[in-house]
Amino acid sequence: MTRTTHQLWHFHGGLKLPGEKHQSTGTPIARTELPRQLVIPVHQHIGETGKVLVNIGDRVLKGQALTQPTAYVSAPVHAPTSGTVKDIAEYPAPHPSRLSTLCVVIEADGKDEWIQLESRADYKKMSPADLRNLVRHAGIVGLGGAAFPTSVKLNPGPGHQIKTLIINGAECEPYITCDDMLMRERADEVISGAEIISHALNTAHCLIAVENNKPEAIAALNTAISDAGVDYIDVVAIPTIYPTGGEKQLIKVLTNKEVPSDGLPADIGIVMQNVGTAAAIYRAVFHGQPLISRIVTVTGKGITQPQNMEVLIGTPMSALIEQACGYQENADRLIMGGPMMGFTMHCDSLPVTKGCNCLLVETADQHSDENNAMPCIRCGECARVCPVSLLPQQLYWHASSKNFDQVQDYNLFDCIECGCCAYVCPSHIPLVQYYRFAKTEIWNRERDQQKSDHARIRHDFRQARLDKEKREREERLRKKKDMLEKKKQAEAADKNETEEDPKKAAIAAALARVQDKKAKAADAPKNTDNLTAAQQKQVDEANKRRETE
Amino acid sequence: MRFKTASSPHTTPVSSVNVIMRKVLMAMIPGTAATAYFFGWGVLINICLACVVAISSETLMLYLRKRPMKPYLSDNSALLTACLLAMALPQLAPWWLTVIAVSSAIILGKHLYGGLGFNPFNPAMVGYVIVIISFPKEMTQWVPPAVAGYSQLGFLETLQVIFAGSIPAGMSWDSITMATPLDTMKTQLGLELSINDIHQHKVYGPMFSSVSGVGWEWINGLFLAGGLWLAYKRIIDWRIPAGLLGMLFLLSNSFALYDYSSFTPPTFQLFSGGIMLAAFFIATDPVTASTTIRGRWIFGAGIGFFIFVIRTWGSYPDGIAFAVLLMNMTAPLLDYYTMPRTFGHHWSEFPGHHKKEPEE
Ligand code: SF4
Ligand code: SF4
Repeated sequence: MTRTTHQLWHFHGGLKLPGEKHQSTGTPIARTELPRQLVIPVHQHIGETGKVLVNIGDRVLKGQALTQPTAYVSAPVHAPTSGTVKDIAEYPAPHPSRLSTLCVVIEADGKDEWIQLESRADYKKMSPADLRNLVRHAGIVGLGGAAFPTSVKLNPGPGHQIKTLIINGAECEPYITCDDMLMRERADEVISGAEIISHALNTAHCLIAVENNKPEAIAALNTAISDAGVDYIDVVAIPTIYPTGGEKQLIKVLTNKEVPSDGLPADIGIVMQNVGTAAAIYRAVFHGQPLISRIVTVTGKGITQPQNMEVLIGTPMSALIEQACGYQENADRLIMGGPMMGFTMHCDSLPVTKGCNCLLVETADQHSDENNAMPCIRCGECARVCPVSLLPQQLYWHASSKNFDQVQDYNLFDCIECGCCAYVCPSHIPLVQYYRFAKTEIWNRERDQQKSDHARIRHDFRQARLDKEKREREERLRKKKDMLEKKKQAEAADKNETEEDPKKAAIAAALARVQDKKAKAADAPKNTDNLTAAQQKQVDEANKRRETE
Repeated sequence: MRFKTASSPHTTPVSSVNVIMRKVLMAMIPGTAATAYFFGWGVLINICLACVVAISSETLMLYLRKRPMKPYLSDNSALLTACLLAMALPQLAPWWLTVIAVSSAIILGKHLYGGLGFNPFNPAMVGYVIVIISFPKEMTQWVPPAVAGYSQLGFLETLQVIFAGSIPAGMSWDSITMATPLDTMKTQLGLELSINDIHQHKVYGPMFSSVSGVGWEWINGLFLAGGLWLAYKRIIDWRIPAGLLGMLFLLSNSFALYDYSSFTPPTFQLFSGGIMLAAFFIATDPVTASTTIRGRWIFGAGIGFFIFVIRTWGSYPDGIAFAVLLMNMTAPLLDYYTMPRTFGHHWSEFPGHHKKEPEE
């Protein structure tokens, strides 16, 4: 059933951006050639890294798990094709930090031979927990770009009844069309996925939100819904305003509810999944296929033939570019994601990961030079467009002068880095760069703080133990001394020596003190006996430092 | 292939400071043309002189402060300050008055605070206040409007007055200058004349029209038109002029209703002096105004309030500059107490709102 009217609300700010979508929607989703070699980063999502299950030299089949999730927020990765494990080592991965990460390198054997696949078309008989487990082991993460393990989102936790499932097909960033093309070509998979998620969450209502600049996708979804005969899924056409595809923004538009700053959508009875994720869940449940490929939009002025393609995870980006007939002459920036929030790659030999929805190649005339920023003229344009109602100019002011407390008072951590503020800033200040810098800096400080807290606690603990031991030892010594003293006195009394008594007593006391010191010195190393190797190392280092000083 | 990396967004700018300033300057053209039409060559000579002084002062300060010349000289902000100030100065002001006003605006009002974006006070108003306090007599050298039978000086005569300080033969200062309608109204009301008496007055009557002063309704009307265009183009925030004009209307209307013979009607208030220029071009200077939505309402309304108070009870005929500077001082405070509520947060977390009782 499709309701033609669904009441909609607004979020503050936002931008009407040129869509630039048609460039990549002219041809159907292409299949990419099987690359000779795939590099699969073990860590492709938010959360913990899994444990590697294969060894160099192993033969793996398509769909075989390469890692095993080690924590609750964790997702495994799978072999995208059959072949041999060539290497398990650190390789550069597409991440803003440009750090290398542990990757499994597979040399394809060209046979593309699947593991044994099991269909669970009878998923309605499965318990939500079993279904979640299936999704978890299929390595499914949010395909909208954030790459958060989906199984976690499917578990809203006790006390959270999910009233509405929202399937996010907004795709509000310019240029990106992978969700659009998926909805156009595989609407039935999206609808099936939505049904499965509804079952897992025990929800009776599902909205699929699509920006009204994608009429083909909306039509395809509606057809699929009537074909499937489901009555609780509604397709809602929403206004094309960036960043309406942001989770909290979309919830506001559809329900007028605000997800609390420190809360999750589940807190207000909502779960949101991306259309691509829904389709991936469908494939995992109905065909037993883990997440080993995704649709990537390869587009931009710097690309000869913009298009969408289904790509195996681990394929080098350069292969995609090649398939799109290569770069245009003045290609200047390679961006993973869209122009507003994507981040730049320093080279195109990096592998495609699960979160890579778009490869955008811009030409030199498509972005400004950040070096000619002017001072902020407090025009307030940034605040006018900020979808979170922040005061970006104040954030900038405090971030640039490193007032990290103030910048948090202005709710820096609510900033979604959508880039609206920087887009409109007449002074061309790279505002988002300042916010990222401030966030990283604050995180680092917190980590250091935690570390030093940890160290302090450990130190205090050790100190307390040492103090206690010292007290006990002194107590023992004192007792010993007392006994000696008593004995001496008794002897002296025996000998009936009455002269020069005070002098002798003083000498005895001095002697005792010396003894005491000696005893302490002899004792000292013993205190370190029961240290761990690491602690011992620290102590040694500290001693060495002291010596050299 | 290797690429350079950069932070998002990867987009081209949609606007820039110099374009904004240029558009503001463009929007001033109709009102300025009307002023030149009614008040003669002095208007244009003042503007040219002010621009030359502004650019020279800006260059000097950028040089001394070792700032890059090109971006800052081309941002048009010094030109805008110069033009605003030139419009506020009397048409026959001696050249050195303009030089002092403009150079202090740029040097004291702008660069000593750190330059573009860092000045808490509107530079043009700083320059204006400096000269009106230091040279009150020269600041009254306005000329009569070109209509209503008053005679006007030609181009060369005007140059002579401004640069040489000598009046053409056969003329006296009294014959070529006169007080502004606002000034006259204030003086005469002070002499216990009613508004009606003033309109009928043999000497002063002809300088008033049915709306305000002769010519002034056109000047203000055209600045209003330019200002509305700026607001429509979102170059300025409409809330500041709306607050300013709304407050001025409200106050003048209430007082005129209470006593129409000694308080001028709102039309006179809104179309006299530099009101529209102030509302749309001066008060809207983003650097020195409040930046939040509610803050801008209050900021505009505050200026309107002080303009009315100073005009009605103060010792200066027009209080725009003082009103603007007073509200400039409050802008940081306004910003602090009118912060918008961040998405997903509760009002109680923001300054100026009651703290929510901690929930158990
Ligand atoms: S848009 Fe840019 S110049 Fe305007 S207030 Fe924001 S940061 Fe400042
Ligand atoms: S990047 Fe942050 S501050 Fe800027 S508009 Fe987006 S949410 Fe607001």
